[in-house]
Amino acid sequence: MSRARPFAFNNARLVDPETGYDGSGAVVVSGGVIADIARGRDFTDLSSDVRVIDCNGGMLAPGLVDLRVKTGEPGAETKETLRSAAQAAAAGGVTSIVVQPDTDPAVDDPSVVDFILRRAQDIESCHIHAAGAATKGLRGEQMAEIGLMRDAGARYITDVERPIIDSKVMRRILSYAASFGMALAHRPQDPWLSKGAAATEGEFASRLGLPSAPAASERIGLERDLALAELSGGRLLVDQITCGAALEALARAKGRGVNAVATASINHLSFNELDIGDYRTFARMDPPLRAEDDRQALIEALASGLVDIVVSAHAPAPAEDKRLPFDEATPGGVGLETLLPALLSLYHDGRLPLVDLMRTVTLAPARFLGLPTGRLASGAPADLVLCDLDAPVIIDADKLVSKSKNSPFDGRRLQGQVVMTVCGGVIVHRIAE
Amino acid sequence: MTTLAPGIDEVRARTFPFPRRHFLSALDLNVVEANALLDLADTFVDLNRQTTKKLDLLKGRTLVNMFFENSTRTQASFELAGKRLGADTMNMSVKTSSVTKGETLIDTAVTLNAMRPDLLVVRHASSGAAALLAQKVGCSVINAGDGQHEHPTQALLDALSMRRAFGALAGLTVAICGDVMHSRVARSNVNLLGVLGAEVRLVGPPTLMPAGADRWGVKVFHDLEQGIAGADVVMMLRLQLERMQGALVPSTREYFRYWGLDREKLKAAADGVKVMHPGPMNRGVEIDSDVADDPAISLIQDQVEMGVAARMAVLAALSARLDNDR
Repeated sequence: MSRARPFAFNNARLVDPETGYDGSGAVVVSGGVIADIARGRDFTDLSSDVRVIDCNGGMLAPGLVDLRVKTGEPGAETKETLRSAAQAAAAGGVTSIVVQPDTDPAVDDPSVVDFILRRAQDIESCHIHAAGAATKGLRGEQMAEIGLMRDAGARYITDVERPIIDSKVMRRILSYAASFGMALAHRPQDPWLSKGAAATEGEFASRLGLPSAPAASERIGLERDLALAELSGGRLLVDQITCGAALEALARAKGRGVNAVATASINHLSFNELDIGDYRTFARMDPPLRAEDDRQALIEALASGLVDIVVSAHAPAPAEDKRLPFDEATPGGVGLETLLPALLSLYHDGRLPLVDLMRTVTLAPARFLGLPTGRLASGAPADLVLCDLDAPVIIDADKLVSKSKNSPFDGRRLQGQVVMTVCGGVIVHRIAE
Repeated sequence: MTTLAPGIDEVRARTFPFPRRHFLSALDLNVVEANALLDLADTFVDLNRQTTKKLDLLKGRTLVNMFFENSTRTQASFELAGKRLGADTMNMSVKTSSVTKGETLIDTAVTLNAMRPDLLVVRHASSGAAALLAQKVGCSVINAGDGQHEHPTQALLDALSMRRAFGALAGLTVAICGDVMHSRVARSNVNLLGVLGAEVRLVGPPTLMPAGADRWGVKVFHDLEQGIAGADVVMMLRLQLERMQGALVPSTREYFRYWGLDREKLKAAADGVKVMHPGPMNRGVEIDSDVADDPAISLIQDQVEMGVAARMAVLAALSARLDNDR
């Protein structure tokens, strides 16, 4: 790992979501920030102490910002620690992550936020941010100390996938949090319709005999959440929207000026319900994988800008939590290392221009968090990813850096190899030659 | 049937290696294999009616019944089937054992596998559990019911009962009625009857009909009398009494009024209709005793008898497959 010495990336394809630039160029990094940028040319007159890296035409873009990462720290360090998550992030070109508060103990108290951020100070491979719980113990009843957690450094509040069932509680949280400038991330679903469900209702789940819930559950939950956001004037982050009906509800609400931003998970952009196949528990997700029509609608929504942000929904689970009958297996998959190549499928398939696609994992989440990163600009933090866009990769779960290997992408053939990751001006990952 | 008592040679002649190492789904069989299994099962029906019922076809083999859910009749049926073929059989009631102490299904299976059984019969409350086990053990796994997914030997014994009553299955109209949503018996029957060329109808209230069932190659009805009109076989499914919770149906009496089978409603079916039920029955809920106990129309006792024979056929074929693999 090299620190002090400045370095330059020459012969790169710069992709800057802030200006929309996608073209050749070069970048100089010094003192932890982007010191200089050249478009359409390389830096040739550099002083001899600058180390020059030839990008061979690979994409140089801002490092990825992932709003939704679970680790097992504190409480379940065998699944994932903050350090192992940061190393996985670096291997995937992700330079900022927001860890979720459903740990043990839960991050529902400023002292736990403080614990995580102190641990994060010693980890240089990724900027680690924390989200705080919306309610004490994520039980959906008593409000957590939102103001104190914000002052301790929490970036937003969420009860992760547990819905806040009591609408009065949710309204008050939205309204109270808004006064501290904090957004509430909330998973939309009708808790009764979705109770016990392991799959999306439909012909396929019926054949497999799996407990299932209709995708409409998400729309019902979302309509309520959006109405509460409108009523309270609060800021809502719709956590992992997945289906066409919910997207229509989101579009209507945004049209009325409701302060809502939605994320899509890479899993729901990449897989549909049929990927469960013969009870593959690695494809058990929460929300469950949807019909292909819904996946297509989600991609369209990303292309139209209705959905702004893509998350990895990184959810490490050890083998013993996955090698169970489908309805007993823990949902979710690790995703930090596969986020970028999986996302690039949408570029290779011609669904989104590269710069728009990259915005969903860089500038858009950075702006949501109020971070200065996610852009290629002089003075911006030197958080960068260098990626060989065309290199074929076969995902091998056993070779993942993450402590847990539960990747739904295991065995998938993707295109796009992270060559180098720079975080805060430090090279934190570099592919073996 | 009044065939002569089958000898071991005849049984051996009819026994063929099962197409797969495991029997997890009725879809594991094609029409030729399904009929060959039914032929073999016919032989065992005759054997079972003799005084001396025992063969040594599975001599030296170990059969383990691993039931994570309580079941008296299926477990007894497999046990008897194994014993009549000369296998050593063992019952594990796992519900009360280590699984409740935090050991996973896989751990239990791997432990058991180390004891080198040849045939493992599994029942579990989760769909896909038998398939999961099959990936982790070296022996043959027989699915004796996994959640709401499949119960393929039940479909086989049902097909055997129907074939013996009607001569052939192709062209028969079979109405499967009741709680289709929660029924693995219904799913296995839909699959096997489809392979064997019968026309299948599913009948039940919309709350007990699985989503997308109309795309299973069957006709779906919500009215019982319309659903069984002209049917050759009416197969009633058990209504679990806990379905009254959760607003699936309001009461047993309303259920019986609209979806329970009695002699009056049965008039809509074809002449010579046969009534079936996988058991155990809720008399007066899904079926009237008057119909269930009438030997002229009820195949329900036959089903129990055929169960042993059908399972013997499956065990014999899987054992032949193990011989082949060796």
